Amino acid sequence: MAWFTFPDNLLCRCLGISITMWFTLLFVFIIVPAVLGVSFGIRSFYMRTLLKIFEVSIIAKEPPSSLQQEILELRGSANGLRSEPEFEMADIFYFCRRGVESIVDDEVTKRFSAQELESWNLLTRSNYNFRHISLRLTVLWGLGILIRYGVLLPLRVTLAVTGICLLLVLTTLVAFLPSAELRSYLSEKVHLMCYRICVRALTAIITYHNRYNKPKNGGICVANHTTPIDVIILANDGCYSLVGQVHGGLMGMVQRAMVKSSSHIWFERSEVKDRHLVAKRLGDHVADKTKQPILVFPEGTCINNTSVMMFKKGSFEIGCTVYPVAIKYDPRFGDAFWNSSKFGMVSYLLRMMSSWAIVCSVWYLPPMNREEGEDAVQFANRVKAAIAAQGGLVDLIWDGGLKRAKVKDVFKEEQQKLYSKVLVGDSEDQMEDKCSEDGTAEGDESSKDPTEGQ
Amino acid sequence: MGSSSSSTERIPDAQELMQETGFSAAHLVRLYERFEFLDKDDRGELRLDDFEAVSELAMNPIGDRIIGAFFSPGRETVDFPSFVRILAHFRPTDTNRTRNGRNGAQPEPANSRTSKLKFAFQLYDQDRDGKVSREELLQVLRMMLEMQVTEEQLQSIAERAIQEADLDRDDAISFDEFKKSLEKVDIEHKMSVRFLE
Repeated sequence: MAWFTFPDNLLCRCLGISITMWFTLLFVFIIVPAVLGVSFGIRSFYMRTLLKIFEVSIIAKEPPSSLQQEILELRGSANGLRSEPEFEMADIFYFCRRGVESIVDDEVTKRFSAQELESWNLLTRSNYNFRHISLRLTVLWGLGILIRYGVLLPLRVTLAVTGICLLLVLTTLVAFLPSAELRSYLSEKVHLMCYRICVRALTAIITYHNRYNKPKNGGICVANHTTPIDVIILANDGCYSLVGQVHGGLMGMVQRAMVKSSSHIWFERSEVKDRHLVAKRLGDHVADKTKQPILVFPEGTCINNTSVMMFKKGSFEIGCTVYPVAIKYDPRFGDAFWNSSKFGMVSYLLRMMSSWAIVCSVWYLPPMNREEGEDAVQFANRVKAAIAAQGGLVDLIWDGGLKRAKVKDVFKEEQQKLYSKVLVGDSEDQMEDKCSEDGTAEGDESSKDPTEGQ
Repeated sequence: MGSSSSSTERIPDAQELMQETGFSAAHLVRLYERFEFLDKDDRGELRLDDFEAVSELAMNPIGDRIIGAFFSPGRETVDFPSFVRILAHFRPTDTNRTRNGRNGAQPEPANSRTSKLKFAFQLYDQDRDGKVSREELLQVLRMMLEMQVTEEQLQSIAERAIQEADLDRDDAISFDEFKKSLEKVDIEHKMSVRFLE
């Protein structure tokens, strides 16, 4: 009997030791630095290592071909070697296919679905055409799965739970303090600390630029929206008042806890539609200079971080200083975009926590004010352009209204021009070889811009 | 992997559509989502302005023709089955189906070479009389080139095209002549769209 119990004891002891070690490491390396606001540089080291590994697993995407190439290819298959500069009945196939492609999936919806990566980051979710490429890649991918789900995910979940619990407990405690000054000072510290823990829970590696432009009290901070995590990323570096709808469940608890120690603006579902009420509450908040800046995402919905869509003008009508912020995620490490029609919040968070990391850059832009004679919409567009320019995102103008007519004609003409060069341009230059060379070179250059708007 | 909503329960007659068009369940769901996205007023069917709202289609020189192909003659709306049936023409050709081997009972699949050619032919032949007249050809050429060439150049291009393809000298291109002139073109590839899941 003795030797039956012996392995049990050993097992229990090993388990006990490893769990203790695990928690100690966690505490020392992650939670304590988060509380104190110090960083060991572990995450940047991790990022550099990952990048080196990804270079091993590159799968090149097929490059988009231009109008000229495709049409010549179409003809090339029909006429063998010679490709005549004449109209062919087959030419229509090119336009037809492009047309149907845009019906099935056009540029606007592409902005809503995750960006396709040029090299593969060992996450199957980011490569739609995952096929068995080579044994080495599959093995790497398998290892990746083990590490991500076996090691990283439990670690992160522990951290996230710790962070949220601390937030709930500490904000409630702070709310009991009598002195308002002490309360606001402590609540700031508590919030920052908990956000720092949450950032580590997601392994988010954030680079802040131009911190001297950070939003100040009595203003509104405006940012492009990719994911609910944007809030954590921004709140990690400063205290904001959040605006949003009252939720139930865990989110609701967190919301109620946060309100106890600092002021946030939560709306009941029924109040959300009442624009005057919304504007009034926001206005009251910014008028009070002791209150923190409000954080607003004017796009109204999550976009996939390749472009900035039209801003809703509500927050620009209030008439206070606007502090634009651009957030750009690095897609190589994990796609942060929340496709709310595809994933619920919990499955989204699980995906985030089982990615490699979330790497992003935050730029604080200089504050902007509405100018004389500028209405809210123009102001909103100006801010949007600034954010898009800074973040390297495309400033989309598809607002379905006035712009559509103009766009249609200009781009259609471009396509017609290109096609005509294929047909007629070459035959004109047959007289001089030199001229025809210039003609095709010019055609190639101008074909890069409009047709690559796929 | 991917979306959890790959159920075809919301789509009416999903099984029949899958049989008829050859789309997989995942493709069908994706197309349904796209249909719902295009249907801005939630009417359950698409109208002309829903198609015109697709910005890239508006840029396409023959965009209006392509839109027209979705609407059956006389109808002003497109429901989901019609939408899918037209898109079925652009499915990549199934390579395991031999070109000539089909039993008499099976109808020509929507994505066969002949069906794709017929679709393209109908883009030219607006009055559906089975022939592409010189005037119809000129119309398409005008759409594709508009301001970029003179009227004489347009006429000469049309003339040349008809001369090359018109074998029975009736000054129009019938479907068979169209098919013959495109014998060597890789239609299966060029008239196929990669449908994402």
